[in-house]
Amino acid sequence: MSVQSGMAEGVARTGAGDPEYADEKRQERLENEKEVQEKKAKKHGSNLEIKDEYTPVTYDEQYILMVNALKKYFPIKGGVVSKTVGWVKAVDGVTFNLRRGTTMGLVGESGCGKTTTGRAILRLSGEKSGGQVLFNGQEVYDLSAKEMRSLRTKMQIIFQDPFSSLSPRMPVGEIIGEAVREHGLVPKEEFNDYIDEIMDHCGLQPFHKDRYPHEFSGGQRQRICIARALALNPEFVVCDEPVSALDVSIQAQIINLLKELQEQFKLTYLFISHDLSVVEHISDVVGVMYLGNLVEYGSTADIFRNPLHPYTEALFSAIPVPDPNARMNRIVLEGSIPSPANPPSGCKFHTRCAKCTKRCMEEAPVQREVEPGHFVVCHLYDE
Amino acid sequence: MAKKKPEGYLSAKEARRISKSNRKITNVLEKKRKRKNVPESEYLTTMHDPNNCVEFDNLHTYFFTDAGTVKSVDGVTFEVPIGKTVGVVGESGCGKSVTSLSLMQLLQRPQGQIVEGEIRLNLGDKAYDVAKMPYEKLQDLRGNFVSMIFQEPMTALNPVFRIGDQLREVLELHNTENRSKEEIDARIIELLEMVGIANANGVSQMFPHELSGGMRQRVMIAMALACRPRIIIADEPTTALDVTIQAQILDLLRELKDKINSSIMFITHDLGVIAEMADYVVVMYAGRIVEKGTAEDIFYHPAHPYTIGLMASKPVVGKQVDKLYSIPGKVPNPINMPNYCYFKDRCEMCVGPCDGAYPEEISISETHKVSCYRYYEGVKEGGEDR
Repeated sequence: MSVQSGMAEGVARTGAGDPEYADEKRQERLENEKEVQEKKAKKHGSNLEIKDEYTPVTYDEQYILMVNALKKYFPIKGGVVSKTVGWVKAVDGVTFNLRRGTTMGLVGESGCGKTTTGRAILRLSGEKSGGQVLFNGQEVYDLSAKEMRSLRTKMQIIFQDPFSSLSPRMPVGEIIGEAVREHGLVPKEEFNDYIDEIMDHCGLQPFHKDRYPHEFSGGQRQRICIARALALNPEFVVCDEPVSALDVSIQAQIINLLKELQEQFKLTYLFISHDLSVVEHISDVVGVMYLGNLVEYGSTADIFRNPLHPYTEALFSAIPVPDPNARMNRIVLEGSIPSPANPPSGCKFHTRCAKCTKRCMEEAPVQREVEPGHFVVCHLYDE
Repeated sequence: MAKKKPEGYLSAKEARRISKSNRKITNVLEKKRKRKNVPESEYLTTMHDPNNCVEFDNLHTYFFTDAGTVKSVDGVTFEVPIGKTVGVVGESGCGKSVTSLSLMQLLQRPQGQIVEGEIRLNLGDKAYDVAKMPYEKLQDLRGNFVSMIFQEPMTALNPVFRIGDQLREVLELHNTENRSKEEIDARIIELLEMVGIANANGVSQMFPHELSGGMRQRVMIAMALACRPRIIIADEPTTALDVTIQAQILDLLRELKDKINSSIMFITHDLGVIAEMADYVVVMYAGRIVEKGTAEDIFYHPAHPYTIGLMASKPVVGKQVDKLYSIPGKVPNPINMPNYCYFKDRCEMCVGPCDGAYPEEISISETHKVSCYRYYEGVKEGGEDR
């Protein structure tokens, strides 16, 4: 405090002694500050600006969901006034189309943006940073809050951890029925029967309705989560690692249940998982993500028989096979996934890729269709 | 009319009675283990086979809870040969982890107690029975002879100490070779380099949150290997990791095992990982071993219906099935185990004698043992094969 007041006095004294000189000084100082600020703005501007370039897609009847160059960045706050100093590029240009009544598996390492993609499609994590999400031809992010609310019944999510995604204070019937009542989907007098029916579909007994989540095992809880999502009669369900927290034998039950329900209600799933064998079993189409990008995308048979992208190859070679004499031609990836806040230039995979060329380091590859329905983002497959 | 009591309901009076009798039992056991200056002869034993590193012999580990006694491990017998990897598979709650914690003597005390059986640990020139050792002697064993890689690398490291300091703690605590401070520092770097951390000097100065999951698991492995233990217990070391990182860690474990010539007891529920790592496999169900044998025995000729069901319920890449098999029913209540075969209620291959007592272990080949009536002589195959 004393230092500051001393300085202020000093300025005041010189100012009093020579007014012109003080003015000049002040002018000079102001100019300097301006320059610095301009420089700062220039420096950060290039970093902070989000490039939102894409060719808009036109709606095609057969696709329930069309995702085009979807971007979701999270700000990194820094400095005294917590300005945005950078972006974590969680989802950085993801493009795919999802046919009605099919399942798309989304695989990749943890931190590659699988879950964020799922949430961004459902508009669950604030505004998007770029791109398009067309649900039945309707841009999800253009809707008003009221319209969004009515659309919510059509798109649902099953969360990863059945232990933390159920309210411990609510009986199961209430957990499943809350949204049904909120949206007024069924008349009051039919409400109880409706909940019983949904629970029956998901393999739960009617007397479970008055119990609380802690009375159930992991598999049963996951059934409750599924019932909660299905109670709204959705068309599209995002399954965010629904079986990762479960035992092998319980896993099989839940996967079978999901498949049965899909046939029964004509559901479309986006199945997010890092367990490749589960994804192969349940999906029709598989997308492989790496560091916010969809690096390969095609039908399950194509992807598993003929993986094209070096990352997909490495990923698939790492799957442990339950056969003690199986010969392993494992491609072990060195290092770990780079930070999405500061991704490598060019192709994001080039730091760990065995087939990296000079071009990969400089130029980012674009998605191209190698065989019908099989897309890959890699320079190796350029003509 | 009185409200119907749900199954497993305990009145307050009943619960008090149970906890009182539990305390009586555990107090006696605790007192015995807490004695000081116990003569070595009391826990000195001999290995049945000197080529084994650890022999579990009829181990019973119970938890005395207020709701009743939980027989987590109920008569487990298997051995870990020197230089080999033994995989332990089973659902959660089947007693895999409790078996390994019994060896480490890290059970939740006083509720968790070894009530019967022996765990013979081969120390080279002599053998100790870990189940009878007093607590004060155990510290010499942990780290030096037995060490453990825990399941979650995220929670097993202390967030407020640097990696190097956490490793140093292990080395100083078990400083049998009387290393100087400089030698310990050098050993820390050596260990980190051994587990494949490139920037060992830098990483030793970092805090756990600065490392990725795979790197943290590497640090955990370095910590477990710090004193060249004879047996490493790996409790689901790769469950929390991605497949690509899992492949790295499995490669590393295999390589290091040969380097320091120790045995691994590998606990997991992933059959794929077991197939890749293990020489011998032990399948556990509800606290007992239902099947054991070499990896080839278990994977090519699974005998117990539970093992068969477990194999069928896992989707395998490249094998298309319409519907996954799922084992019906669920694990019996651990407090109130039935007196017949524990798997009978879920089994689709039951035969006549299954109503009888729990089946004894029976050898179907030299290395392959199974606890199931279907392999008893004179029993006709009653269930249909899937």
